[in-house]
Amino acid sequence: MNEDDARTARRFDPKRLFEGRFAGHGATLGIEYHNHGADWAELALPYAQKLIGAPATGVIASGPILALMDMATSVAVWLKLDLFKPHATLDLRIDYLRPARAGRTVIGRGECYRITRSVAFVRGQAHDGDPDNPVANVAATFMAVEGYR
Amino acid sequence: MTIPPYAELLGLSIEPGEHAPTLVMPFAMDVVGRPGFLHGGAIGGLLEMAAITALEQALATQGGGRFKPIGLTVDYMRGGRDKPTYARGTVIRLGTRVANVEAIAWQDDPDNPIASARTNYLIAR
Repeated sequence: MNEDDARTARRFDPKRLFEGRFAGHGATLGIEYHNHGADWAELALPYAQKLIGAPATGVIASGPILALMDMATSVAVWLKLDLFKPHATLDLRIDYLRPARAGRTVIGRGECYRITRSVAFVRGQAHDGDPDNPVANVAATFMAVEGYR
Repeated sequence: MTIPPYAELLGLSIEPGEHAPTLVMPFAMDVVGRPGFLHGGAIGGLLEMAAITALEQALATQGGGRFKPIGLTVDYMRGGRDKPTYARGTVIRLGTRVANVEAIAWQDDPDNPIASARTNYLIAR
């Protein structure tokens, strides 16, 4: 099976999740699907005036990057489960390694490395063009009220 | 106080306070995650804005200064429902180079927060 067939054989399709969405915080921020694998997802946050936190420099606020990473890591959990389960962020730590450059699209990559009965453990990084020069690093946990399995 | 475009996106208004302002975020589609609940990213963004405005007010009493965020840890305690959300920051320590700031977000009762954050800033005076 090639990679595309392997993807379509799966039940949870993050691309469809983002194509079918029309409103909400993610849509307002302009967050889009970018790429995914078996336990990871990449979402894109294109640069926009409404995201600016520092008008003097045009640098976007840190809040949209936090939201991007919250969503990318959340989608990574559903990919590892291969199933959509309602869950909520329990905690999220983000280190801001450097400001994202004005005008650049920020790519957020989330990875789920462990799922227990009720808690999913995730990590991720955001970059603005070069994955080896990240703008933020994230570690977070999610909890499924009715359990993951 | 003029607010940046991102704060406008969140719909924030600012109520002045003795030690730090209180920010108010109305419930709107722009900040919703799963249907009927606030998005965790919007709650995190609100907490960051509360921490930043608290630090700006504390720095202003010392002649001002610029600062950059180093990191932030958010604990999510309950879902944000269809009602206004309030947030306020507390400067725990304002050093010469680093500030430690906490913030809480609540809906009905500040003693019953929906989320809290601890955050550190690098200061350039």
